Amino acid sequence: MRTHTLIASVLLCFLAICTRPTPVSADSAGELVSGIAQKSFSKKAAAVEKLASSGNENAALILNALMQGNLYRVKTDSTRVVLVLSEEGSLKISDPVTGAEFPSLTKSDLKKIRINNKVRSAIKAGLGRLDLTHIDPDRRLSAAAAVFKSGDPTMLPVLEELLSKEQDEHVKSAFKIAVASLQLINGQDKKIRLKAVETLQDAGGQEVKGLLSKAALQLATEKSEGSAEIAKAVEKALASVDRQLATYGMVENLFQGLSLGSVLLLAAIGLAITFGVMGVINMAHGEMVMIGAYTTYVIQETCRLYMPGVLDYSLIVAIPLAFLVSGLFGILLERSVIRFLYGRPLETLLATWGISLILQQFVRTIFGPTNKEVSTPSWLSGAWEITSGLSVTYNRLAIIVFALLVLFFLMLVLKKTLFGLQMRAVTQNRMMARSMGVRSASVDALTFGLGSGVAGMAGVALSQIDNVSPNLGQAYIIDSFMVVVFGGVGNLWGTLVGAGSLGIVNKFLEPYSGAVLAKILVLVAIILFIQKRPRGLFALKGRSVEG
Amino acid sequence: MPALSNNSTEKGPFVSLLADLPGGGKAFMGILLAATLYIIIGNVWIPADSFFHVPTYMVSLLGKYVCYALLALSVDLIWGYCGILSLGHGAFFALGGYAMGMYLMRQIGDRGVYGNPDLPDFMVFLNWQELPWYWFGFDSFIFAALMVMLVPGLLAFVFGWFAFRSRVTGVYFSIITQAMTYALLLAFFRNDMGFGGNNGLTDFKDILGFDLRADGTKIGLFCGSVIALLVGYLVCVYITQSKFGRVLIAIRDAESRARFTGYRVEFYKLTVFVISAVLAGIAGAFYVPQVGIINPSEFSPANSIEIVIWVAVGGRGTLWGAVLGAVLINWGKSYFTGALPDAWLYMLGGLFVFSTLVLPKGIVGTVPLWAEKIKRRIALKSSAADTGVK
Amino acid sequence: MFKLTKYLGKLSAATMVAAGVLGMSAPAATAADDVIKVGVLHSLSGTMAISETTLKDSVLMLVDDLNKKGGLLGKKVEAVVVDPASNWPLFAEKARELIEVEKVDVVFGCWTSVSRKSVLPVFEELNSMLFYPVQYEGEESSRNVFYTGAAPNQQAIPAVEYLMSEDGGSVERWVLAGTDYVYPRTTNKILEAFLKSKGVKDEDIMINYTPFGHSDWQTIVSDIKKFGSAGKKTAVVSTINGDANVPFYKELGNQGINASDIPVVAFSVGEEELAGLDTKPLVGHLAAWNYFMSVETAENAAFIEKWKAFIGDEKRVTNDPMEATYIGFNMWVQAVKQAGTTNVDAVRQAMYGQEVKNLTGGVAVMNTNHHLSKPVLIGEIQEDGMIETVWNTDGLVKGDAWSNYIPESAKLTADWTYPFVCGGCEKPMF
Repeated sequence: MRTHTLIASVLLCFLAICTRPTPVSADSAGELVSGIAQKSFSKKAAAVEKLASSGNENAALILNALMQGNLYRVKTDSTRVVLVLSEEGSLKISDPVTGAEFPSLTKSDLKKIRINNKVRSAIKAGLGRLDLTHIDPDRRLSAAAAVFKSGDPTMLPVLEELLSKEQDEHVKSAFKIAVASLQLINGQDKKIRLKAVETLQDAGGQEVKGLLSKAALQLATEKSEGSAEIAKAVEKALASVDRQLATYGMVENLFQGLSLGSVLLLAAIGLAITFGVMGVINMAHGEMVMIGAYTTYVIQETCRLYMPGVLDYSLIVAIPLAFLVSGLFGILLERSVIRFLYGRPLETLLATWGISLILQQFVRTIFGPTNKEVSTPSWLSGAWEITSGLSVTYNRLAIIVFALLVLFFLMLVLKKTLFGLQMRAVTQNRMMARSMGVRSASVDALTFGLGSGVAGMAGVALSQIDNVSPNLGQAYIIDSFMVVVFGGVGNLWGTLVGAGSLGIVNKFLEPYSGAVLAKILVLVAIILFIQKRPRGLFALKGRSVEG
Repeated sequence: MPALSNNSTEKGPFVSLLADLPGGGKAFMGILLAATLYIIIGNVWIPADSFFHVPTYMVSLLGKYVCYALLALSVDLIWGYCGILSLGHGAFFALGGYAMGMYLMRQIGDRGVYGNPDLPDFMVFLNWQELPWYWFGFDSFIFAALMVMLVPGLLAFVFGWFAFRSRVTGVYFSIITQAMTYALLLAFFRNDMGFGGNNGLTDFKDILGFDLRADGTKIGLFCGSVIALLVGYLVCVYITQSKFGRVLIAIRDAESRARFTGYRVEFYKLTVFVISAVLAGIAGAFYVPQVGIINPSEFSPANSIEIVIWVAVGGRGTLWGAVLGAVLINWGKSYFTGALPDAWLYMLGGLFVFSTLVLPKGIVGTVPLWAEKIKRRIALKSSAADTGVK
Repeated sequence: MFKLTKYLGKLSAATMVAAGVLGMSAPAATAADDVIKVGVLHSLSGTMAISETTLKDSVLMLVDDLNKKGGLLGKKVEAVVVDPASNWPLFAEKARELIEVEKVDVVFGCWTSVSRKSVLPVFEELNSMLFYPVQYEGEESSRNVFYTGAAPNQQAIPAVEYLMSEDGGSVERWVLAGTDYVYPRTTNKILEAFLKSKGVKDEDIMINYTPFGHSDWQTIVSDIKKFGSAGKKTAVVSTINGDANVPFYKELGNQGINASDIPVVAFSVGEEELAGLDTKPLVGHLAAWNYFMSVETAENAAFIEKWKAFIGDEKRVTNDPMEATYIGFNMWVQAVKQAGTTNVDAVRQAMYGQEVKNLTGGVAVMNTNHHLSKPVLIGEIQEDGMIETVWNTDGLVKGDAWSNYIPESAKLTADWTYPFVCGGCEKPMF
């Protein structure tokens, strides 16, 4: 796959040369490449730039190799750069320009050519300009972004020409912004620059704001034609972009609140069953979440080893499996300990606290005390840019949807299935349910298993945003209890509303008070709220309340 | 829960209380006094190479357990006798500790690393120009000692006033006490609060002019803790034996009925809650100079849950059971974190599960039951044997 | 009469209980003379177990190794491991137990500042010796502690200098983000003073503190993004504590903050923390330490091989506090050999000027202020979770106990030799 892209970029290189208006002075390719071997990163970056704009046919290949850390220099001759590729276990050492192999060299003769952020940006910009004519519009789009970021004035004529040929609307507007940015910063003509400011103002967004601020700083010291007027325009544009960003900020804040709420909901929803419905003060709830997260880790590792092709989808496989594993742990727990403690809720607290200590140490013994890596699948990474300046991250979005789905299915189980009916019957009046022929013991076990299983599914989601460590559960247990109690014990709607409102309130306080104070304020609010409504937001009514 | 076997006169003064101590009470006080006496003699007069010598290290350690015991006692008073399960009692303990810690901090004077006579090191460091108002007065031991009781008492009063009046009970009360201690934990973590942030208060030098490192001071603190425990114990006995205590038990067993009978439930609950918080604060005050540090982790909800577990393991509703539970579990923790560092959590967790399943009334509540059962069985057997002979 | 005998009976029972309690710990006090005991005081459970367990294993490996080579002074070395369970008062208790009951000759331990502060009075009172292997805030020099991790001037300042340089990207705007405890507070205070001395303006510095274990970074990361779009090159200096880093970096990756836009340089993130992360989105973010696993020297290769064999896991990584433990342990061994005894006062004298080969090449030297002179490395995170050096100091950097950028501490000197003999004085004692 990688070779394909390499070939493609080599081809594109040619295209790039064709579109260049002026041929660049022909340094010999060898000389260009040996520049990369210099020690100073600044010089390296300069060499990269030179190479990228040289029109050398191997430039893309060499730059990619440099990015991936496959370029080495010979220790005895610091100007000689070689390409090292491992092919089926053996190393192939060759000249990056001519492709000639050096069988006499071994790896111990070589030193890797290191790159840093500066060089990396230069490579990205260099590869970006080679990508500007790529067939794939997405590649062109990111190329335009790379040029925008690099702010390289020599690109202006190329971009302008490409802009006139471009068909794709998206790419076209990206090119427009890039052109405008170059015109504003480097241009001389007042009219063009003013027009550029207008274009940028219409585009809006965080990056444009950055560019405009930079322009404002530059204009303050500049003494060119009409700089004062342009500065005024820039200022106006900045204000407009700021207003737009402030509006987006509110939306973003709301989203963040919902996202935090959905995390709370996921963490609490299993507890809403084991604690809310069954009345077990389940201190081991957090550990059920942790077990779900570790299940995700195990499945991902198994995929990595045996089926690397489906690694991206291991997370989906993990959801039912985490449900099963945590659910089984829950059933085991109920059968071995909790069933002896019904009707003594405070004693379940002690026993489950003990169990939570044991489970933590158990995981520590098996997996070790360090964090485990659960990688984010590619379809969940990154952010969805709704408009420029407003984006939401995919994984947060997925968690919100997932939390709502879990709640929906749980409701379905409770309201529409026989098991749900029996479960509600047993929790409301055990004696009566039993006399109607419900096997309360197995219903109890399954209910606890259901609650634990849901906690396990929460673990899958939390593995995407938090540590997978033995302490994972501890971090969420108190918040979960707060949500359930705030929402009203025994009511899933209450849990939903409770989680959502706590999340949003927290996030709206945070910008003003800071993260810690926001959390303290929310806790105090809960304490005060419970005084007003001692049984939570959605209190159960009826005789069972006094029980 | 069994009510205490109660045959004492109710309005007897404190002295007659001693004579009327319930069942295990006399034995408990005897054991405590004897152990204290032995520890003092063993530390001061028995030579260090003797088997019977008590090293100073052990004295401080036992002093710590005694403080925990007083804390457990305070929880037992409200949970065992009034059915109020507080999952935030560590907060009162920590507040008492902080009040004492602030006094000890002021005693350092200009001996801190920056040599500032007016400000503790961490304030110098955070560029504070002057002492915040809430630190005033802590130069004086009397004031600090007052605050040790006043601050936890006041918090308990305000918190309880709201909670009991709006009839927040059971699990809801437990969870909001947890929220309270959690909020305090987060607040004390903040360096801007002026209590030293995560590092807390530490590096104490002396108390009332006595060097904290000296063996004599340590023994003194130990004796002080024991006296505090004894006084706390007697106060608890006095409360639970009185008519007031009977009402508490009635509330514990059937709160609505007690209310319908005409008792002002919230008044009783509030009073006992405040007394319990003050006891916890005193425990914290003795704890801090003996361990040498007070930091926000004392507020952590996990700590508060552990206190409840001491009481449950020892025996809820039996005062000296709480003491026994606190000492036993903490001693076990000290021992096993050294002896079995990798497996001690299994032991501790297992103990909690075991004790809830097998000893539902705690050690003190269950062992006599067993003993009685065995006695009865033996009696049955012997009577059966007797009849057999006949 | 009857009552009295009954009471006496109870009394003797009580005495036996007391003796029993004491007896449980008494036998350990009888230490054999042919063993040198080394205490290990690292949390094996609780929140800090994540980081500290590795260091416990490192000490065990070093002890094992030493015994294979024939021990020390002809005696076998024995490690005594205890678990202070991330509980700060328990740290003090366990320290006392190690010194008084187990009679250890030296202790390797602690990670957090508060645990060190908690045990400090114990070590000073009993005149024992602690090796503290973690980068820390400075502002301390105890006669009884040797600090083998980095002081702020061995980590923070070089890192910022690098980012200000042309190679590092000429950063002009700074976010100082940290967990709200003493190490980040101190480091940020020092950095703020340093940045201002370099002409950075107030509005170009943003300081942010979060609680321990903070897991919801959405707001802060988007704040950083906003702060970074002011037209000047921006970098984040992160003193976020170990555990909270994973969600922080995950959020950075998801909100699309690349190292080439806003680089993050971290002082508490090493190979071990990165092992719990998908590092692909993090390539190019920086870390400043005195050691990286990726450094290619013969010593390091041997150390890594030994570690993997000892722990039985090919994937386990090494990190900076491990190297600090390694240096501290070897220095102590050398000092004991030189002194010919494990007596604390003699070993302390022998420690000064002691040299041990670094795993990254060159030597580390123990100064009379109980801090090391070590090289400083700055590296960038790679796709495989390693950190590769992009810049390093030419020579050794001497660890400062007292920072020159804090006015109160700038006037203090730490020097435990004549004429100062003091951890923090303005004038010599003698």
